[in-house]
Amino acid sequence: MSLLEVEDLSVRFDTDDGPVHAVDHLSLTLGESEVLGVVGESGCGKSVSFMSLLRLLPETATVNGTARFDGVDLLRASGSRLRQIRGRQIAFVFQEPMTSLNPAFKVGNQIGEVLRRHLGLSRADARARAIELLHLVRIPSPERRVDEYPHQLSGGMRQRVMIAMALACDPKILIADEPTTALDVTIQAGILDLMRDIRERLGTAIVLITHNLGVVADVADRVVVMYAGRKVEEAPVHELFARPQHPYTNGLLGAVPRPGAGRLREIPGRVPSLAELPRGCAFAPRCPRADEITRSNVPDLRSIGPQHLVACFHPGPDVEAVA
Amino acid sequence: MTEPVLEVEGLVKHFPVRGLGAKGVVHAVDGVSFRIGRGELLGLVGESGSGKSTVANCVMRLVAPTAGAIRLNGTDITRLSRRALRPLRRSMHMVFQDPYSSLDPRMTCGQIVGEPLDVQGLARGRDLDVRVSQLFDRVGLRDELRFRYPHELSGGQRQRVGLARALAVSPELLVADEPVSALDVSVQASILNLLRDLQEELGFSCLFITHDLATVEYLCDRVAVMYLGQIVEVAPTRELFGNPKHPYTQSLLSAGVVPDPEVQRSRTRVVLEGDLPSPLEPPSGCRFRTRCPLEPRSAPQSHDEEPPLVDVGDGHLVACHLVRRGETPDLYRPLEVAR
Repeated sequence: MSLLEVEDLSVRFDTDDGPVHAVDHLSLTLGESEVLGVVGESGCGKSVSFMSLLRLLPETATVNGTARFDGVDLLRASGSRLRQIRGRQIAFVFQEPMTSLNPAFKVGNQIGEVLRRHLGLSRADARARAIELLHLVRIPSPERRVDEYPHQLSGGMRQRVMIAMALACDPKILIADEPTTALDVTIQAGILDLMRDIRERLGTAIVLITHNLGVVADVADRVVVMYAGRKVEEAPVHELFARPQHPYTNGLLGAVPRPGAGRLREIPGRVPSLAELPRGCAFAPRCPRADEITRSNVPDLRSIGPQHLVACFHPGPDVEAVA
Repeated sequence: MTEPVLEVEGLVKHFPVRGLGAKGVVHAVDGVSFRIGRGELLGLVGESGSGKSTVANCVMRLVAPTAGAIRLNGTDITRLSRRALRPLRRSMHMVFQDPYSSLDPRMTCGQIVGEPLDVQGLARGRDLDVRVSQLFDRVGLRDELRFRYPHELSGGQRQRVGLARALAVSPELLVADEPVSALDVSVQASILNLLRDLQEELGFSCLFITHDLATVEYLCDRVAVMYLGQIVEVAPTRELFGNPKHPYTQSLLSAGVVPDPEVQRSRTRVVLEGDLPSPLEPPSGCRFRTRCPLEPRSAPQSHDEEPPLVDVGDGHLVACHLVRRGETPDLYRPLEVAR
């Protein structure tokens, strides 16, 4: 039984230049204590999808589909029901820890606000719990840090504060949007360890949105690859890295420098503008396997192995990569 | 060794801080020395706050060094006036990190690429157009993009414009400060490949600054690792990645993620405690000691004495008391991969 079931999620923005389909019929599930990696380059719709689930998008967005969580369809739930879920059962960690923390409040008060609002704790209890949470995310001397302002903390510590805040109400799902992108590698390693630890100790399911395949390889159980608003491939992590099927997944894997590998493989062209997507498969203009069928038809997702889905007319590992 | 293209000796850059009750000196770069040979790519690696960009800016004389010497082709440029420096600007050029803010939005891309040629008086009129056209072709940009403005181009294309501008005057030294870190993975690959091709073709030397170890391993001949304003280790790339000696280099290598779950999940990982100390008050002795997992072994020497950068053979230099005493820091051993 899945914790979260998203079906046919579509997000459209009505702009001056016409409608932009940011997310196109996305379906996915998240199991209990599962770590799901969502990978893609900028503009592929990975952040928008999850923000739309919690209805965090501006008015210009039209969201369709269903998202079942705990017997509720998040996209149709009332405002008050949603407020009970958002931040309490499903929590979000944003990419930029400096802009998502309020510079005018002490970190303890910011964590405390969540506790007082959702759990009705008193000021004193909230402070005590905030210290516990800072301790949980391994911030040294939490008794002192609780009274500091965000600017007094380093980037890595701010991200830990964000995670502490997200964990405040012991959520079932933690959605982390590029949680390590702005951080140095040694700090990133610590945050990834923390994610693993949270999952193991608290049983929290985690959605990890990232463009970094190394991060996915490190902590995810299952991976969804997105391109131009669609899911193009999905598989358990070992399967995906061992037998990538979609040419885009193959391309991404070949583009990362790694020891022993030869020249980097390039994906020609660029990510298409969502306002003017090609008629057929969105990846066709950059795809080495593109032909007439691909250019005029959109491929459906189909199963190609156990839990392995791919949206491609010509799936398979790259010939180049195999050689 | 033939005369190096760039020689940096004991470079120091301190930024005074005043106001808001704080007073002191930011020790951004504190005694950095290295050389870059003809046609050599040196990678300068470090995390944010390590001073790597300040080194680049000093080399380019965008900021004035506090002390030390910078020699370009044997000429000391540390204290040259702007006027005296101008003819030498032909020999070195820079590619910046942000392809958005480093191109003048009011100039067409063709004008941007042609500007160094014009300023140096190397080409005019028709000749200039031809040269710019050739440069666009060389970096893989369509010719008609010469008449477009930077905002009309994608990030990758803009970075190609930056590269074409830097190479317009055929510099002997290219300083590249995180040239791909603002780009998407698939675009990064094409810029890195381009840089490698151009280097092979034109033979310039390069100071390549980055926080990304995998990029350095792909591109550079030699690597210098910086921590808090100092170089802690320098070695040829293969040697540094295969046999890292400094505890910081070891933790840095162990922290990098590899896009392969089998490999990634079986790696040992050293997680450093604490944060980078403030460059306002760097620790006494060895600067890494406050986070070094091997500090108990190196104390008290590491508290009192600054470890010098010592050659341990084959051009491998390390600044660590333990290594100097003949001990081997063994936080992390690289996996035996086909190198």
